[in-house]
Amino acid sequence: MSTIISDVIDHLAGVQPGSSLDRLRDQRPQAREYAQKSYLALFEPELPGHVTAIERYAVATFVAGLHRQPNVTEFYAASLERLGHPKLTDAIREEIARGSVEGPYGRYPQGPLTIEDSEGPVYQVSTDNRERLGSRLVAALEHAHLLVFHPRDASPAALQRLLDAGWSTTDIVTLSQLVAFLSFQIRVVAGLRVLVGASSRASVDADQTQIFTGVLASGAV
Amino acid sequence: MTETPLSHPENREPIAFTQEELGWLPWLEPFPTEQLTERHWAGLVDASRAKSPYFLLLARDPDILQARTKTDKDIFYNTSNGLPRAERELAATAASRSNGCIFCASVHSRFATQYSKRGADVQRLLDEGVEADIDSRWNAIIEASVALTDTPIAFGDEQVGALRAAGLGDPEIVDVINGAAFFNWANRLMLSLGEPTPPAKP
Repeated sequence: MSTIISDVIDHLAGVQPGSSLDRLRDQRPQAREYAQKSYLALFEPELPGHVTAIERYAVATFVAGLHRQPNVTEFYAASLERLGHPKLTDAIREEIARGSVEGPYGRYPQGPLTIEDSEGPVYQVSTDNRERLGSRLVAALEHAHLLVFHPRDASPAALQRLLDAGWSTTDIVTLSQLVAFLSFQIRVVAGLRVLVGASSRASVDADQTQIFTGVLASGAV
Repeated sequence: MTETPLSHPENREPIAFTQEELGWLPWLEPFPTEQLTERHWAGLVDASRAKSPYFLLLARDPDILQARTKTDKDIFYNTSNGLPRAERELAATAASRSNGCIFCASVHSRFATQYSKRGADVQRLLDEGVEADIDSRWNAIIEASVALTDTPIAFGDEQVGALRAAGLGDPEIVDVINGAAFFNWANRLMLSLGEPTPPAKP
């Protein structure tokens, strides 16, 4: 996929080569280059360790779906489907629908911030999908939901559940980076899409001004 | 071989946002310093980071750590054009305040104060929260960062309009987006892999 798409953020945000946003992104050349290298390190790793490609794309599809960003979700779902597991993709889509809430919520340590505690659901994979997904992926999705919506509720007990499901310490670092990176990538994409929309509306306005000026010059009004 | 998380029963976690210098304790075993390979050192980027349990833990997956660190440095330290350093740190602080990362907020509120010399205004963001009314420019940056931090993301034309009205051009707005988005990455690692410790007694 990387041979076709040279910059995933541009691709997902609709940043056209040579556009003003393209040039703006070039003002932070290392950020741009290393955001792409982060994507590659997580989705096309040289040393994948024990976290499989299916696990990476399944979690990514789930995380993008929880952010309700359809084009990002379809981007990761396409890779998940390409790996040949249509039932797995269906299960992830069901879990996205089940797990979609609003964040950030969560609790602070007992003290002056307690008045800011805001309750939200503790997500669990549905009974039907637990078998389809397997215990390792079930634990990963439940942890991803915690990180997406209420990271301040994280705890050693949450990490224990991952360890119990067969995630090693190193696997957990990779999984945490994966979810956390997507939280970044999806926000950059969403933010740039708003700017792309704003600048294309501005150019439509400019075009219309020009047409109007042209009409005035022709004396047709 | 059963692994268990590390626990720190003696630690008294900070219970409020602060600009003081906090420590951080990992919930998982950092990579052993004596076993660091060239790839790990490359992942750490700065050799001094081998002293930090946070970076040593992340060094277990060195390639993503390296890419993440270099993304971070350009977003926050590349001062050619765009938003002043102080306001990039303000965006980082606002995202951290909204997610509830007391550790990240402490580091980046301190930087925001250092670069803006507006310690009292920064402290109001920490004390009163993201609704604090500071001035139109800082309010717009804080509100945009918080809207980007919400899930689903609430950042839209309204926030862009407020940023533009406060005098930000597109290069500055891209820096707000990058800064707030990056802290949604950092907060989730800091919050989920360990816990902050109180400021060291002088």
